[in-house]
Amino acid sequence: MIEIIAGKYNYWIYISLMMIGFYAMIAKGNLIKKIVGLNIFQTAVFLFYISMAVREGSTAPILLSRAHGALTPETATYTNPLPHVLILTAIVVGVSVTAVALALAIKIYRAYGTLDEYRIAKMEQEAE
Amino acid sequence: MVIDFILLFFVVVCAVASVSMKDLLGSVMILGAYSLLMALLWTRYNSVDVAFTEAAVGAGITTVLLIAALSRTFRHEEDPEKPGQSIFPWLTRIARLIPLGVVMLTGAVLIYGTLDMPNFSDPAAPANLHVAPYYIEKSVPETGSINFVTAILASYRGYDTLGEVTVIFTAGICVLILLRRRFHG
Amino acid sequence: MAEHVIIKTVSRLMIPFIQLFSLYVIAHGELGPGGGFQGGVILGASFILYAMVFGLEEGRKRISRKASDFFSPTGLFIYAVIGIFCILGGGLYLEYDRLPLIGDEILASQLGIYGIEIGVGITVSAVMTTLFFEMARRDDD
Repeated sequence: MIEIIAGKYNYWIYISLMMIGFYAMIAKGNLIKKIVGLNIFQTAVFLFYISMAVREGSTAPILLSRAHGALTPETATYTNPLPHVLILTAIVVGVSVTAVALALAIKIYRAYGTLDEYRIAKMEQEAE
Repeated sequence: MVIDFILLFFVVVCAVASVSMKDLLGSVMILGAYSLLMALLWTRYNSVDVAFTEAAVGAGITTVLLIAALSRTFRHEEDPEKPGQSIFPWLTRIARLIPLGVVMLTGAVLIYGTLDMPNFSDPAAPANLHVAPYYIEKSVPETGSINFVTAILASYRGYDTLGEVTVIFTAGICVLILLRRRFHG
Repeated sequence: MAEHVIIKTVSRLMIPFIQLFSLYVIAHGELGPGGGFQGGVILGASFILYAMVFGLEEGRKRISRKASDFFSPTGLFIYAVIGIFCILGGGLYLEYDRLPLIGDEILASQLGIYGIEIGVGITVSAVMTTLFFEMARRDDD
């Protein structure tokens, strides 16, 4: 039991971060607060994914042999470079989504005068 | 080891503080601090390219765009309005706890899912044994780039990077369509 | 305004170095951490810093609307055209080994990666500048 906790408590902390972001997305009424929660959720998911690439006693995925002499790819361990590539793309896609969501929020504020989703829904209902 | 604990503790504190503040400007600033602490944590995990990108994009661009959007809209979060009269008053009290219940349920299911995963920083994890050694050994002879992440991003997975640049360009076009006026004078 | 003297002086000194650093990060993508995205974001952030400190109209005088609109698709175009050059040299799309007029295969691969990093950097910096200027602009609505 104790070795399960000692080996996996990192993942549980990352899951609690994800749940904080998820709670902000569904429970708060303000649109900008939802976008903040979306960013927290995304970054926590990236942290979870990167933590799967960590290896004990490894170094950054850049070749060491030119500067440090006599170190070939077999003797030094490098962290797995493949999750880094996927998360690089995901970070940039995340900022694109945030930008478009903020532009939509600005347009909604111009049209309704408020950013609270319950008041907007009530205005939509009264307009029908 | 101690640094990891301190960083993780402050990351969780920043996340909770950012979600619960009523002043949206303070919430956005703490989100910037959260992104920077994430970048430090990733540097501790030896993923330098990702940390660089997160520090530039998360702590820089996202914070600036959120503040720009806040300057066009309202700075404070409005109070949740009082629920109207309903037939069962206890139902509205329960309805406020439903998001918390959903979040706890999802968290419990995810934690149950991690019991099958390999331990943290396990050298024999199967994620590190199949494709990664090929990329590490063959990057320099085949592409000539000593940064493995750039070699994979630009040469082995070049199509995905082309799609990613298209996504950024599309986001710029979308914001132009939404926010630009036709008349310039 | 007297209270902004510190910010204005420091920005005026730092912005050229920030842009130089961004070009360094784009060019050394193969040799260290960095690459097209990181360098492009830093270059865009330098323009945003100038616009935040000195005002949006002053910023628009330096980076005109036409310039940021022109450079947004230019990087993507460079990226796609390098792929087509690879087809002209006899290989598949984006197979850098077969770029025409370059003899050595490793050199061709390195030049191909260099070219697409430059393209990515141009597009990312132009789009970040466009995003900020469109969102922060206060017109009469």
